[in-house]
Amino acid sequence: MNHLAADVPSISNTRLFGDIDRGIQADKLVIPGLPVSQLSGFMRGHGTYLRGDELYSSLAGAVRQVNRLINVQSVKQRYSPEIGDVVVGSITEVQEKRWKVDICGRLDAHLQLASVNLPGGELRRKTTEDELAMRDYLVEGDFISAEVQQVHHDGSIFLHTRSLKYGKLGIGVAVRVPSYLIKRRKTHFHALPCGAGLIIGCNGMIWICEQISEDPDGGYNIDLNQHVPASNMKVISRLFNCINVLANHGIHIFETSVMNCYDFSSAYETKDLMRSDVAAEVAAQVIQQLRADIMDES
Amino acid sequence: MKIINEHGFRCDGRKAQQIRNISAQLGMDASSEGAAYLVQGNTQVICHVYGPHEATQRSRMQDDRCFINCQYERFLKSRSKKQNNMKKRTGKDRKSGDVERLVEKTFETAVFTTNFPRSQIDIHLMVTFKEDGSLLSTCINAATLALCDAGIPMKGVVSATTCGIAEGTVICDLNNREENDLVPRITLATISGRDECVLVELQNRVHVAHLPNLLNTGKAMCLAVHECLHTAIRDHLLHTIPIS
Repeated sequence: MNHLAADVPSISNTRLFGDIDRGIQADKLVIPGLPVSQLSGFMRGHGTYLRGDELYSSLAGAVRQVNRLINVQSVKQRYSPEIGDVVVGSITEVQEKRWKVDICGRLDAHLQLASVNLPGGELRRKTTEDELAMRDYLVEGDFISAEVQQVHHDGSIFLHTRSLKYGKLGIGVAVRVPSYLIKRRKTHFHALPCGAGLIIGCNGMIWICEQISEDPDGGYNIDLNQHVPASNMKVISRLFNCINVLANHGIHIFETSVMNCYDFSSAYETKDLMRSDVAAEVAAQVIQQLRADIMDES
Repeated sequence: MKIINEHGFRCDGRKAQQIRNISAQLGMDASSEGAAYLVQGNTQVICHVYGPHEATQRSRMQDDRCFINCQYERFLKSRSKKQNNMKKRTGKDRKSGDVERLVEKTFETAVFTTNFPRSQIDIHLMVTFKEDGSLLSTCINAATLALCDAGIPMKGVVSATTCGIAEGTVICDLNNREENDLVPRITLATISGRDECVLVELQNRVHVAHLPNLLNTGKAMCLAVHECLHTAIRDHLLHTIPIS
């Protein structure tokens, strides 16, 4: 993006819904360097540090207390992986026996050759031939879906694609949204009723494609020159704009909110969703619907 | 030209120890992890924070901590009106290199860098056409706001001010007309407005007898700036929690 000095930033879109209840008490909010608790005997959790005998906050966010453990949860943060997360990332490097994958985290993740399913299906030891053919499977710039297998203490991350769900992604569109907007769900692979597949990576990468495939080859043999029908393209581009609407207005992104947004957006043309007034209108309707759903549940 | 006139006012109508109006906006750009737009009087700075991410400058990578990389840009008005009204100065002058190093050093003390081994945090600073003194301190204030927005752990919010001495009195938050070669000035940055300095930068020479007074006023002004930044961050936090 080209940041010109002349365009003074406008009011951010999240401000449009300033008076909405976000389930947070204002008195729980702290900024870095403020004391979190005057009382001693608490355990130091995330986002806090000891200075003398007192606990201080090191993040801007909300204070949470679980028994004697106090932590500060920041609102925005770069993605920090947890074991079992579904992520969508792109290959940045091919190294010896492993690929490096950019998952928008603090460090690039490793994808070991030993933890991928190669075409052919059968599980076997990887040979030197496989090592030499690594570039045939995944090269720099390829998108993959994977699961976080290990998170080491020093921050290094290991992924695996040992399931037919995961693997190389074929034709589709990737959207990057801030990872704090993603809601962790039971499943992150969705075949939407509007006729498109959605992979919501916990790292804030969302993949929109025609359909979620369970290719036995792990997606390595997909023909990228296939023709995509115009009707499917339209659905994909509408979803793309819907996700951007949600992200710009600070609404949690999960299958219900995306579907709601898609349904409400049908009153407008796809390109109009890029207009801020239309986007705000749709976002307001989505928030109303989500609130109504919560009321119904309780 | 007298910096403080006979009625005790400065050229922009402020009292000697009065900071300029501060207004801030956070998180206005989704493409970076943290963003801040800070206006201090007539000085405007836009700051973007990216990271912590995989170190791209391999030579600066450290195994036990992350490093901070600052980039500073200044936009200048083009002389001729026929050209585009905006022209970026190519290359870097000595002053911008200084600002970069000082911002890096300041935040290497304030940020808990050991939490992110082998990664890098980028701070991009942009000064718009409107530039009116106290540039380094405005840059530092903008960078703290952006780092807060990015959720990067810090010992505290760093707040900075520039103070100088004119005719024996301490003046605070200098503007362009006061920042001349005769006024000794000092840029101070403290953590959370407490008595902990993370940056002291002196320009021109100051008499040692003035120094304690200058430092004490500087710290008091840092606390005042800290209050403004505190309000801005809290206000922003209330608006960024995702709606579900």
